[in-house]
Amino acid sequence: MVQTPTHRAQSLEASAPLLHGLGITKAFPGALALDNVDFVLKAGEVHALLGENGAGKSTLIKCLTGVHRLDGGSILLDGSAIAPRSTQDAQDHGIGTVYQEVNLLPNLTVAENLYLGRQPTRFGVVDSRKMNRDASALLAQYDLHIDVTEDLGSYSVAIQQIIAIARAVDLSGKVLILDEPTASLDAHEVRLLFDVVRRLKARGLGIVFISHFLDQVFEISDTITVLRNGQKVGTCPTEGLGRLELVAMMLGRELEEETREHGKVHANTGPVQFSFKGFGRKGRIEPFDLEIRKGEAIGIAGLLGSGRTETAETLFGIHAADSGKAMIGTTEVSLPTPRSAVLEGFGFCPEDRKVDGIIADLSIRENIILALQALRGWTKPIPRKEQNAIADKYIKALDIRTTDREKPIGQLSGGNQQKAILARWLATHPRFLILDEPTRGIDVGAHAEIIRLIEELCDQGMSLLVISSELEELTVYSHRIIVVRDRKHVAELTGKEITTAAVVDAIAGNQPAAQERAQ
Amino acid sequence: MKTRHLPFAATLVIFILAYGLCYTQFPAMLSTRVIGNLLTDNAFLGIAAVGMTFVIISGGIDLSIGSVIAFTGVFIAVMLKTTGLHPLTVFALVLAVTCLFGAAMGAVIHFLEMPPFIVTLAGMFLARGLAFVLSTDSVPISHEFYGTLQDIFWRMPGKGRLTLIGGIMLVTVGLGMLIAHRTRFGANVYALGGGQATARLMGVPIAATTVGIYALSGFLAGLSGIVFSLYTSAGYSLSAVGVELDAIAAVVIGGTLLTGGSGYIAGTLFGVFIMGLIQTYIIFDGSLSSWWTKIVIGLLLLLFILLQKGLTWASSRGFGPAHRTA
Repeated sequence: MVQTPTHRAQSLEASAPLLHGLGITKAFPGALALDNVDFVLKAGEVHALLGENGAGKSTLIKCLTGVHRLDGGSILLDGSAIAPRSTQDAQDHGIGTVYQEVNLLPNLTVAENLYLGRQPTRFGVVDSRKMNRDASALLAQYDLHIDVTEDLGSYSVAIQQIIAIARAVDLSGKVLILDEPTASLDAHEVRLLFDVVRRLKARGLGIVFISHFLDQVFEISDTITVLRNGQKVGTCPTEGLGRLELVAMMLGRELEEETREHGKVHANTGPVQFSFKGFGRKGRIEPFDLEIRKGEAIGIAGLLGSGRTETAETLFGIHAADSGKAMIGTTEVSLPTPRSAVLEGFGFCPEDRKVDGIIADLSIRENIILALQALRGWTKPIPRKEQNAIADKYIKALDIRTTDREKPIGQLSGGNQQKAILARWLATHPRFLILDEPTRGIDVGAHAEIIRLIEELCDQGMSLLVISSELEELTVYSHRIIVVRDRKHVAELTGKEITTAAVVDAIAGNQPAAQERAQ
Repeated sequence: MKTRHLPFAATLVIFILAYGLCYTQFPAMLSTRVIGNLLTDNAFLGIAAVGMTFVIISGGIDLSIGSVIAFTGVFIAVMLKTTGLHPLTVFALVLAVTCLFGAAMGAVIHFLEMPPFIVTLAGMFLARGLAFVLSTDSVPISHEFYGTLQDIFWRMPGKGRLTLIGGIMLVTVGLGMLIAHRTRFGANVYALGGGQATARLMGVPIAATTVGIYALSGFLAGLSGIVFSLYTSAGYSLSAVGVELDAIAAVVIGGTLLTGGSGYIAGTLFGVFIMGLIQTYIIFDGSLSSWWTKIVIGLLLLLFILLQKGLTWASSRGFGPAHRTA
């Protein structure tokens, strides 16, 4: 472990920077991605890097790790200038990175993943026994005692994440950059990961932490640097920094999210438009009753895997119900496939935007008209002019930030992709729209816009079913909240009952884990 | 047992069951003589299949193998007939040529970012065409050194003969296992099959590994061609048609995932054995058409594809080792 230099730095001068970016500037054709940004990381510190999508976080990381060359400025590591040419080079200097998607190989064993390219050899042959021993010892430092001869892919994402960290730290040893490491972890796993981060911090590593979850940032970080539009807004210690202040720094404006009222006080009393009786599917979600009024937003709360998504998928016919009946108004309908649901005026924005939502290589226009075209049937192509008009209308209405509608959707930021998917369904003028985690992995600004959009759609008379892990968000726009636990609908909150505390209580039942997540 | 060993275990079980079945019908099939013949008759296929295993584990495919075998045979035969070179010199020459041929295909695949299917398809036509350029007729090999090599064998207990070419195959499999499981190159091959982008981020030398894999496959195809010429004492440009497909079949029956990233060289050996066993059974039976070989192989392939699908499904459902929770 390369700890000596950092320890020395600490003993000489406690505040000496471990990694120092001076006036980092990076220009892309047509845009200045980073404008004269200073960044100081000290040893033994967790430094959160925040900013909206497009603020320059990833560009800064890529500059520090050698993916991009600097157009201006310099990087000092331990006081001496470095100019990493590749991630490999950065790693050799001591800067390791772990990404949101674990960049390890699921088909190799844990030990092979840890030592790929630097396996211990004897007589030119890999000494597997030593490699496995070393791997076990290495992971033991992280209090992880697992069978290192198993395939990596057989372990949970959280464990893979820790293994990735172990590899990165072992290879680099001075600076660890964590890029959205918690995005796909549940509350318990996040705690597991944070234990590891604290351990590394105590060992004197400098850690850069990037996350969209402000709660986590406040929990783990010592210092926060905020970027906006490629410029540094400021760096300040986490302690004493208010949430509102931080969000204001990120957005450059006050965000209504922080000053919201809690719960729709008036329950929606419109006519019941959709009703499901004893609707369910064996092995996915137990039969439930659900009535949805016109213009009503129903929130679904619950832990990961509790049956939230399963509820949505059953309603939309992805995994068709095997019990109960569905009524629209007073007529009974069957929803055996998503297509039949779409024909009844349903829409569904899935949880995994990248896999189930966008078609990355198609343009924004093509992505937006997809559902409408499917609804009309492929024999009746929508004229190009109409396509353009529809795309432009929603790009404008939803404020999808793009230079042009023919840009491949994969190039947009997460929030804008989410808006385009929303536009896809809005174009079909649905009566009932299901949104599964509409605000996951998108930046604070886009977040607020999506919430505003949900409220507007309700006002226009659309019925919505929104699944979200962010309880505070749910309490803002839901007329009713259904709480799901163990694949069962266990509680329903309306009107004044809707408070985060009440939802947490309902989710928790007697599961203490739930409380941790929502506090 | 670990999940990743399951396909290999399935291959082994099928081989033992199949052999048992053969034995109950024809007890004579359980003799070292039959085993010796099994090794000799399938030596060239086994050697080529080892190369194919590396290629498939890396997520690629090599369709040029059969043509390279034919080219090698014709090249050797023509060289021995027209020049006074010693066969060993010719062997070295042809191995260098096929190795370079494979390396060139690997380079095209990597640097031009072309799909291996297309590149090796081109290689297949090219090698077959070159064989025709050398000679359209079957060229007999009558060098006395060939006789010497063909007469080398080790008499196993029970009068079975382990011939030189059978031995070469076993040694190739042994070396292949060593390379696959105990060298950094081997680990890189698996890494490539697991995901090229990730492998690159983890510092795997993608270019060198890709070129190396196809060079190895080319080299082994050349070696297979030498063995084939020893087996048939001739070089013919129309020989070994479709051997690449037999090799792919052997690899898949041997439990290697066609999508790459997982498989064993030892499995491929048993894949070859199973295919050879079916042929032996048909010979013993005497009344069955040899096309039954194809039918049984087809069914076995289907079985293994279903098995692989099932395993993928099972592992995606989390039937792995217990996920650590505390």
